Amino acid sequence: MSADIRKIVVQVDETHAEMGEAVSPPTRRAVALAVIANPFAGRFARDLSVLAEIGVELGDLLTKRCLAALGIRPDQAESFGKAAIVGEGGELEHAAAILHPKMGTPVRAALGKGPALIPSAKKMGGLGTAIDVPLGHKDAAYVRSHFDAVEARVSDAPRRGEIVVAIAVTDSGRPHPRIGGLTKHEIKGEDGLR
Amino acid sequence: MTLIDIRRIATITEEIYRETGPAPGHVLRRAAVLAVLTNPYAGRYEPDILPMMEALKAPGLEMTQRCIDALGGDPSVIAGYGKGAIVGEAGELEHGALWHVPGGYAMRELLGNAKAIVPSSKKVGGPGARLDVPITHINASYVRSHFDAMEVGVPGHPRSDELVLILVMQTGARIHERVGGLKPSEISVGDGQR
Repeated sequence: MSADIRKIVVQVDETHAEMGEAVSPPTRRAVALAVIANPFAGRFARDLSVLAEIGVELGDLLTKRCLAALGIRPDQAESFGKAAIVGEGGELEHAAAILHPKMGTPVRAALGKGPALIPSAKKMGGLGTAIDVPLGHKDAAYVRSHFDAVEARVSDAPRRGEIVVAIAVTDSGRPHPRIGGLTKHEIKGEDGLR
Repeated sequence: MTLIDIRRIATITEEIYRETGPAPGHVLRRAAVLAVLTNPYAGRYEPDILPMMEALKAPGLEMTQRCIDALGGDPSVIAGYGKGAIVGEAGELEHGALWHVPGGYAMRELLGNAKAIVPSSKKVGGPGARLDVPITHINASYVRSHFDAMEVGVPGHPRSDELVLILVMQTGARIHERVGGLKPSEISVGDGQR
């Protein structure tokens, strides 16, 4: 069963300055969100594997939408994250079923690489509920300059029987990183951590 | 100039008995401690912000202890954690990043040298802004049953010149966890991931 998609929203933010200090080149973050029908709305289902398959489809689709929005090659992507908001007819576990069992593989395939954990968040919500999609470097989770989050929402979703699924991709870390720690130039890229 | 000026501390606890499914027979408990501090760097671009990272170590330990106490005082019952920051409008995102080291390492220390990276999110927001704080297992980031998030905020804060620094802890898995994957009993590598 493929995802029943009602709507796709893509947003890109570019930060050109912070506190009057120019950010050059601007840091850029993309979020692609799909609003889908929740096949399990209104009932308790024990087997959620259908949602895991939807996670595969959306992992590929939304990651590619982010890359297209940023206009970058997969190897230019630096950090990533994922999230889901479940409408009130569903349960939190439906978000988990989309995000965790199978979504990582197509996301990493679309980016060419990405051994780090894909940070995630999930919640229940109504129309216009915002979610903060956590971000971490795709090759090394401890890169301190790339710890971040991006807030996203769809004004008319999730309806009761819907789920909003989000993937975020950036080509940069925070503007003006200056709290030390592991830098992207020091990444070994083997264990997903450093 | 004093770097640490705490204006308010809020503690939130939740007890989750069930969602739409059958009650599993145990209660998932979680707690968040949110400290509202004056942002000493508000209103200007300060290149060297590292002194505050050092100064936050003591409040980090105190907030960690408060969070453990909110869950009954026994650190051994705590299975998941996360952290976050909301920066008031006269500050910049990077000021929130100061919380990574003192917040993360305080929790890892007081929870018995927890191995997993502490997941996080951050944003710049106005009074009453909410933040989704991601949660993962304290010893292995890939434990699928423990991927979660908690939405928190302090009504009326952050004001323009404030920071809200946040820690969250949880006593177990999502209440109806059933999407498979790595279980806590299967943690074996000891690298903080699996």
